[in-house]
Amino acid sequence: MRTILFEFKEGLMIALRAIASNKIRAMLTMLGIFIGVTVVVTMSTAIKGIDNSFQQGISSLGSDVLYIDKWAWFSNVEWWKMRNRKNITMEEFERFKNLAKLPAAVAPVTNTVQTVKYQERRVENVFINGSNADYVKTTNFTFSEGRFYSEIESNASRQVAVIGSEIAKKLFPNMSPLDRTIKIGGENFRVVGVLAEQGSFILGPWNPDNQVYVPIGTIFKNFASNRFRSITINVRAASPALVEETKAEAEGVMRKVRGLAYDQENDFSINQQEGLQENYNSVVGVIQIAGLFITGLSLFVGAIGIMNIMFVSVKERTKEIGLRKAIGAKRRTILAQFLLESSVICLVGGLAGLVAAVLLSMLINQFIPTSIQIGSVILGIGISLLTGIISGLAPAYTAAKMDPVEALRYE
Amino acid sequence: MNIINIEHIAKIYKVGLEEVHALRDVSLKIDKNEYVAIMGPSGSGKSTLMNMLGCLDTPTSGKYEFKGVSVSEMSDNELAKIRNKEIGFVFQTFNLLARSDAVHNVELPLIYAGVPTAERRERAIQALIDVGLKDRLRHKPNELSGGQRQRVAIARALVTNPSIILADEPTGNLDSKTGEEIMGLFHEIHEKGNTIILVTHEEYIAEHAARIVRLKDGLIESDERVDKRYIPKIKSTLAQ
Ligand SMILES: Nc1ncnc2c1ncn2[C@@H]1O[C@H](COP(=O)(O)OP(=O)(O)O)[C@@H](O)[C@H]1O
Ligand SMILES: [Mg+2]
Repeated sequence: MRTILFEFKEGLMIALRAIASNKIRAMLTMLGIFIGVTVVVTMSTAIKGIDNSFQQGISSLGSDVLYIDKWAWFSNVEWWKMRNRKNITMEEFERFKNLAKLPAAVAPVTNTVQTVKYQERRVENVFINGSNADYVKTTNFTFSEGRFYSEIESNASRQVAVIGSEIAKKLFPNMSPLDRTIKIGGENFRVVGVLAEQGSFILGPWNPDNQVYVPIGTIFKNFASNRFRSITINVRAASPALVEETKAEAEGVMRKVRGLAYDQENDFSINQQEGLQENYNSVVGVIQIAGLFITGLSLFVGAIGIMNIMFVSVKERTKEIGLRKAIGAKRRTILAQFLLESSVICLVGGLAGLVAAVLLSMLINQFIPTSIQIGSVILGIGISLLTGIISGLAPAYTAAKMDPVEALRYE
Repeated sequence: MNIINIEHIAKIYKVGLEEVHALRDVSLKIDKNEYVAIMGPSGSGKSTLMNMLGCLDTPTSGKYEFKGVSVSEMSDNELAKIRNKEIGFVFQTFNLLARSDAVHNVELPLIYAGVPTAERRERAIQALIDVGLKDRLRHKPNELSGGQRQRVAIARALVTNPSIILADEPTGNLDSKTGEEIMGLFHEIHEKGNTIILVTHEEYIAEHAARIVRLKDGLIESDERVDKRYIPKIKSTLAQ
């Protein structure tokens, strides 16, 4: 054991000397592995960040919520067929609500996009969500201030609003928004609640943080064109286990409400977050495969480069290898020397790559909240060591099995 | 007891379809503290014989015993060990590590012998002092003259206290004055009780030795002991 440690230490010293004596070459060799590790670690960090944001965002939608809509989010129904469907109306919503027994909560939803203002501050293109007091039960909203609008307020179509955290930050950078009067599309609304941070950037304008919630009647009243649009019915199952049953019931009830005969196909769609998840998974899957391919390729090219340089280095040092053997270096000592040399080069390149990846991740963090995972660090170090050993093996073996006499005669 | 005992050694190199008989039938015994010069024209097999004696190469046929142990049955690792502990090589072209200083060059065999850092540094420095390079310890080969380089190589050969020193044309790359100085150093090393085998093709160099073996076409032509000992005129340069 002690001799192995001794040999390792001495082999390392020899390898370090060899590297130090040809720094430029060592650095060029490192470049391949540096790029490889930087790409691998940055990629995996970015993907992890996107994934986190997505999962967080999607969970703010709730996995147990169904969205009954004229339009299907993801489907193979032709769009013109969907366009020809009848609008879903408030009356249909009322009947649906009365007939459906399983849901924990049901809410009608319509949207409009407006500019929101408070004094000189303004936010353009804000999603204004109109619904009733039950809407909050179809979400997992938490409040930093105030409350959701009440049933009385929504039934009476009062000009009250609940604002998302981003909107609050932009309009009221240093005061409480509660009881202030904001303008939505020119109309006055009193702020009764502010949401705590909910979603994630990845949902963009669909992120609750960037939305404003008002009683549905105020939308019909102030933004008249919405009256002729189809609404969405949000249906929350009593528990995630009951989603399928609730969906089956909703389909039956909706067919009845819409007066469909048994041989007519559905003229509405029941959407779920799941569809979003599947779509996302397939997109991320493609990104991951492409990423794997690119990084695999860059590492492969790096490894070939290292192997090539190690071969040259062995060739150049033929005489030195002969001398070392003549004065007592064993085969395994020579093998270890060159393996250690390529491993050290790769490890240093890999560590530099990690540093670069950390810096890049900090940059990415400006756009996607993310941080380097310990797993990526281990991956990076593992990959560089492995590349070093694999690409050093053949050259090191060539050096180890050299005949000392031949090597000494080499010119 | 003799250190080296070879009997009917032959070495055949195959070059393409042709066979080169570098050594045909060579038998030789060398005792402790002998100083042997091996002479002969170029291509007569001197280096081949030296490589054989130094366990760098194995004979095609014949018997080689080193200190009574048969070498032909040894594994690669055992041969490396013998080269490390028992043999000190000095080459015509010095074969120093170009980017390492004198101390590190001399340390090298001790690294492979597993000697701890502090001890091997000390021994390397002592060996360099012994060959007269006290104030060249941290010099790299390109900062040294030819003669000084060969002294570093000799220190490297001596540092392990080997049973035998093998020098293949150690003065071949040096001018005659420096060559004389190096021969003086070998003389001194021999006086201290070392065994030396030295290849040369210059008579005046061979005169330093006590025994001259002449090779020709892979055979021993003559093997004679020299009675009158050459007294180095350059003793003054060595006294320190
Ligand atoms: N590795 C080798 N392959 C083929 N022939 C060799 C090899 N080494 C030496 N020889 C041949 O063996 C003969 C003896 O060589 P060598 O021992 O180097 O002679 P010397 O050192 O006396 O000049 C020469 O003819 C040389 O060409
Ligand atoms: Mg020769």
